[in-house]
Amino acid sequence: MKCRCQSEAVATTSENKPSESLWIGGSSVGIALWFVLYRQLVPFSEWIVSLLPIEKGSSFGEAVTFFFYDTPKVLMLLTLVVFAMSVIRSFFLPERTRAMLAGKNEGLGNIAAACLGIVTPFCSCSAVPLFIGFVSAGVPLGVTFSFLISAPMVNEVALGLLFGLVGWKVALAYLAFGLAVAIVAGWVIGRFHLEGWLEDWVRNARAGTASLPTAQISAVGRIHEGINAVREIVGKVWPWMIAGIAAGAFIHGYAPAELLATIMGKDAWWSVPASVAVGVPMYSNAAGIIPIVEALLGKGAALGTVLSFMMAVTALSLPEAIILRKVLSLRLILVYFGVVACGILAVGYLFNALFV
Amino acid sequence: MKIQILGTGCSKCKALTEATEHAAKDLGVACEIEKVVDIAEIMSFGVMMTPALVVDGNVKVVGKIPNADEMKKILSDKTN
Repeated sequence: MKCRCQSEAVATTSENKPSESLWIGGSSVGIALWFVLYRQLVPFSEWIVSLLPIEKGSSFGEAVTFFFYDTPKVLMLLTLVVFAMSVIRSFFLPERTRAMLAGKNEGLGNIAAACLGIVTPFCSCSAVPLFIGFVSAGVPLGVTFSFLISAPMVNEVALGLLFGLVGWKVALAYLAFGLAVAIVAGWVIGRFHLEGWLEDWVRNARAGTASLPTAQISAVGRIHEGINAVREIVGKVWPWMIAGIAAGAFIHGYAPAELLATIMGKDAWWSVPASVAVGVPMYSNAAGIIPIVEALLGKGAALGTVLSFMMAVTALSLPEAIILRKVLSLRLILVYFGVVACGILAVGYLFNALFV
Repeated sequence: MKIQILGTGCSKCKALTEATEHAAKDLGVACEIEKVVDIAEIMSFGVMMTPALVVDGNVKVVGKIPNADEMKKILSDKTN
């Protein structure tokens, strides 16, 4: 059952032109306005802080300043990143990704899967259908895992916020870090040949590739999708964001630098495994963790240690394990967590060695 | 008209169910709404993202919640 004819029929009912150019023009103006506003943020925050009756240089003053600088900045970055990412994602559908990966060899397939994992849209409740859909269509298990690992590991919100708050070098390091772990971990899982560890019904599942509405999305539709995503995601994560900034502000103002440098500095060899061990049971949204990362780095914590902590928090989580339990046997979940945790450890050490 | 909502029960699936009920009520179409929560059954529709909306056996929406206008268009489409 192909539905070619249906999609063409949808495509021909295109929008009327004037409103389309209005939407595209409007969003261009909006993005330009965003940049103008963003450049004004520092003077604005300075002005707000100068109005407050707080002592400059005191611990409390430092913490409050951090909070007022970061809140508008994170909010604006979050809005732009979510908008841009959902427009980009409207070009990538899981069906297309699956078709690209099916029959791919391991190795090259792992690399492609890890990259596609960043841009293909899916929410965590879709992880199971996506997993079965991939495996039953002939995507190798290891390649599927590369995809599933990179999706939460390289988080676009985290990437955008790191870029804006900490700098492009750290953002790039994070991207490379996440991709490397996803590629290698997926490849390792593939080498184990664990297909037999899937739950029985998954192996027998014949995912239909039935008629799906593959309607063309217009440019206006993509912009709409971006705006909806901003409303939905920013509306959902702002409490995490505020909590994260508050925690970051506290660290910035009160945590003694010498102590942090000892615990999370690069001379403490045990700091990487310790931060992974602390991070795995924790779960936070990327928007909440980046201000903490920023504050920790400012206090002299080592980059590899901080990134390991952050990845352990965002990529490995108990809720995810519970969702995956439906398709994977317990042993396979343990292997998955073990391999990813080892990958995070390895790259944490590597970054501590590379960055001074 | 038989409507099926495919989804394992996350918040988006509930939102889709509500949106569907709402649109059906507004349009006054008689329909029977069934929630499909079994993952094996969801997979048999060839869907990889949830929630999904199925009308009389045809998959109409995958992985998102259509707005009110789109929803009415889907439900008032008599061709299926």
